[in-house]
Amino acid sequence: MSIAPEKVGRDEPHHGRNIAIIWAIATAIMVPVIIWVVGPHIPPGSLTDDTRAQHAVDVVLTALSIPLLMLVWVYLGYAVINFRADPASGTIVDGPPLRSNTRIQATWLIVSAVLVVGLAAYGTVDLLTENGAGGGQGSNPLAKPSDARSALQVQVIGQQWLWTFRYPGYGGVETAQLVLPVNREIEFHVTSLDVVHSFWAIELGVKADAVPGADNIAYVKIFRKGSFQVRCDELCGLWHGHMNTTGHIVSGSAFNSWIHATVTKYAAVTKYLPPYSLTYYPIPTRNAT
Amino acid sequence: MESAALPVNRSKGAAPSFLGQLLGFNVIWAVAFAIVGYIVAHWLGGKIGANIAAEQNPGGTDQDDIAILLGLFGSIIGWMLGLGFFNYPLKRMLGRAPSLHEGVDSSTWRYFRLCTDHKVVAMQYLVATLFFFFVAGLNAMFIRTELTSSNATLFPAGNYLTLVGLHGTMMLTMMSAGVIGPLGNWLVPIMIGSRRMAFPRIESLTMWLTVLAGFVLLSATLLGGFPTGWTGYAPLADQARAGIDSYLVSFLLIGIALVLVGINILVTVVTLRAPGMTWNRLPIFVWAMVTTSILAVLAAPVLAAALYMVMSDRSIESTFFISSSGGSPLLWDELFWFFGHPEVYILALPGFGIVLEILPVFARKPLWGYRMAVAGMFGVALMSFMVWQHHLFMSGINANLRPFYMFTTELISIPTGLIFLNGFGTLWKAKIRFTVPMLFCLAFFFNFLIGGLSGVFLSDVTSDVVTHGSFFVMAHFHYTIMGGLVFALMGGIYYWLPKMTGYTINQALGKLHFWTMFIFFNLTFFPLFAAGMLGMPRRVSSYNASLHTLNVFVSIMAFCLGLSMLIFLGNLVWSLVLKRERASDNPWHSKSLEWQIPTPVPSYNFEQIPTITGDPYGYGLPEAPVVDFGRRGAVAAGEAGA
Ligand code: HEM
Ligand SMILES: [Cu+2]
Ligand SMILES: [Cu+2]
Repeated sequence: MSIAPEKVGRDEPHHGRNIAIIWAIATAIMVPVIIWVVGPHIPPGSLTDDTRAQHAVDVVLTALSIPLLMLVWVYLGYAVINFRADPASGTIVDGPPLRSNTRIQATWLIVSAVLVVGLAAYGTVDLLTENGAGGGQGSNPLAKPSDARSALQVQVIGQQWLWTFRYPGYGGVETAQLVLPVNREIEFHVTSLDVVHSFWAIELGVKADAVPGADNIAYVKIFRKGSFQVRCDELCGLWHGHMNTTGHIVSGSAFNSWIHATVTKYAAVTKYLPPYSLTYYPIPTRNAT
Repeated sequence: MESAALPVNRSKGAAPSFLGQLLGFNVIWAVAFAIVGYIVAHWLGGKIGANIAAEQNPGGTDQDDIAILLGLFGSIIGWMLGLGFFNYPLKRMLGRAPSLHEGVDSSTWRYFRLCTDHKVVAMQYLVATLFFFFVAGLNAMFIRTELTSSNATLFPAGNYLTLVGLHGTMMLTMMSAGVIGPLGNWLVPIMIGSRRMAFPRIESLTMWLTVLAGFVLLSATLLGGFPTGWTGYAPLADQARAGIDSYLVSFLLIGIALVLVGINILVTVVTLRAPGMTWNRLPIFVWAMVTTSILAVLAAPVLAAALYMVMSDRSIESTFFISSSGGSPLLWDELFWFFGHPEVYILALPGFGIVLEILPVFARKPLWGYRMAVAGMFGVALMSFMVWQHHLFMSGINANLRPFYMFTTELISIPTGLIFLNGFGTLWKAKIRFTVPMLFCLAFFFNFLIGGLSGVFLSDVTSDVVTHGSFFVMAHFHYTIMGGLVFALMGGIYYWLPKMTGYTINQALGKLHFWTMFIFFNLTFFPLFAAGMLGMPRRVSSYNASLHTLNVFVSIMAFCLGLSMLIFLGNLVWSLVLKRERASDNPWHSKSLEWQIPTPVPSYNFEQIPTITGDPYGYGLPEAPVVDFGRRGAVAAGEAGA
């Protein structure tokens, strides 16, 4: 068995051109499919301002990744089909000893840098506007909705293994039910009494870690009445998987009557609660499991 | 540098008798002493801790963490004692002459004790990491079985969490040692033309600490399991029962082993390169080991410190992570991920190295863009210290920092993208041979791309609000670690094992293994992106009934993936134990140094230290010189199969 260099012929096909054409066709087909066929089905729906923003970002990112996906797939597929050794011949033939190409490398670097800077700029703009308001922003939010000052404040308290909710605007009443009004800005203050939890309402597009001793703010505005799932999204011990509840979105007037009924119902209990505060400092329990 | 000048002893010492071997220092004694060490130290800890625990926690503590932690440390000392790691330092203190050799003879016993032959250590590493890989894989099968039902049916909640934690922790710890341990220790000295690693005893120590770490982690099941997953978040870790002590000590052992392995590789590459092995000729796999080592040396100490803080919170009642006493739960998150993100590149860079090393051999072309690949690896390594807060986007960190970490995270895709360009350049007009290692390398690009692109979704904060902590993340990191690193490792095993063991590996079974693994890997993990986006959180055994069908499908695919891994195991047994067909010196016609020496490799590697005359990628130039073995010569490049 001998190893020989390849004889380079003149009639070589234009591989680069072929790859570019296949790639362009594949991309031209796939991107519209992603945007208009798959796009509408990408979670998390259109219930709130946050989910709309998240949906938009996910469609953009999916559409953007298609050209890259196609580039790699087309190139790999093309190479596997066209750049194979002839298994029949007993000799091992070497390819051309190419080692680098400054122009291609520079182009690649520049294109990826442009993509990255573009992505980061896009993401940052989202974060500065209300679009990024659904994720826990800590105690000093960067993305504040314009009507944040009139927002309904709801405190979310995580503890092993249940959620409770306090409404500071209504005497700090605490309940296990989460009821929210439609079409009103809502300001969640998420905190925890023991370990780290995470408040996740996927239909609302809200996710904020509940950290003991910390106040984590997230905003949402809901457009339709209905109900939604709340799940814990940070491992918090034995019954983490069962730290669920269902929230309800009701009209403004229904919310008013519900909250007033709740305030009256719990008046006797509210007296004995610790006063409303952004964080609480309970004594941690050991070995609770 | 006294020791570096020592002559290498080429003849293996005569092996002592069976009884002598049995009574000498070996793993049997190590196990015995570790148990004794645990019992003694546990007793001692019980004495020390009795008063503290009673005072601080009236009625609160039901298990004594001081005793258990001390017990585990006692078992480490016993383990090292039994293996003989204290012999040499003691002898040196008593005036014995220095030596680089210990436990090197031709008996099988050398695999069961401290041995300073780097090839023996590498084989020990391979067996150990593969063993724990399969244990952790078995756990994955249990997890997937539980998830065939949308309610917890099979395992009590606590056991399920322990399974998830064991699977994750064991996979990550063993796979961070899984390339640098076996392939790194075996290949780095040979690839740079050295007869040994810089610190042969430390090399052996890292291997035995890794083994112990695996068993200590498993001991969590005897201590009530642990509820934290692999991330060990405090204050949950402060609060958990004693099983978490095993997690802490095990991870600490891995951290120490990683630091030592890193130092060893770095010093070896800097000081022991053969004449002519300039930095420009260093094989790309060695560069990958260098950058991985830099990460390990810089990141693992932070982990060790954080683990130490949890241990002290749990035992002597310090309050690093208890907010009501001035501590901070977020402190753990920050420290853990400051280590954690470099850790995921400790799991990625070796894969890059293997793939870029193997690709030129089967493309019959030089590695394209060598310098760019090195720059890419360094770029990834350095930048990986600047992105850790992307794991904390939802945690309430300073909101002003989020754009910055989003930017750095996306920036790191530039050096990662360079690795793809290297691969593509190498494949351009290549003469590809579709051997099993090559198939794994090609699949690496396919999988890692999906992992990388899904990472872009996670790096965008707005999008991350949906996907953070969900099965989307699960799919993402399995695509990068399993689809990337493990596929590359498999390629590396099929590629180098004939050299390492001296026996050929069955290619037909290898292809069957490859295709089943590739297909079922993708069918298992791709649907999980959807599960995450539809609202399935990680680490839960009961989930929304609407996701049931999806999960059943995934579980069935996962079982098939498990079967594929059994094909791999079967192939190893068939080829290495049953068939035992001798491998030729250079079956792949590679130009790399390790293939120019005889198979099986003699214990001193090189008759004479070779002179390196070119880089190992001179394909396309038949005369391209690679190495000069001096007067005595050896198999020269190209003549191999003739
Ligand atoms: C047979 C292949 C595998 C299957 C079917 C599998 C499946 C799973 C499943 C079902 C989970 C639990 C998800 C959850 O509920 O959070 C999980 C978690 C995990 N897996 Fe795997 N896995 C496989 C291989 C691997 C490999 C090769 C690695 C890394 C080298 C790995 C690393 C992890 C990690 C780090 C976690 C997270 C554990 C945690 O949440 O703390 N897995 N895997
Ligand atoms: Cu939880
Ligand atoms: Cu990271």
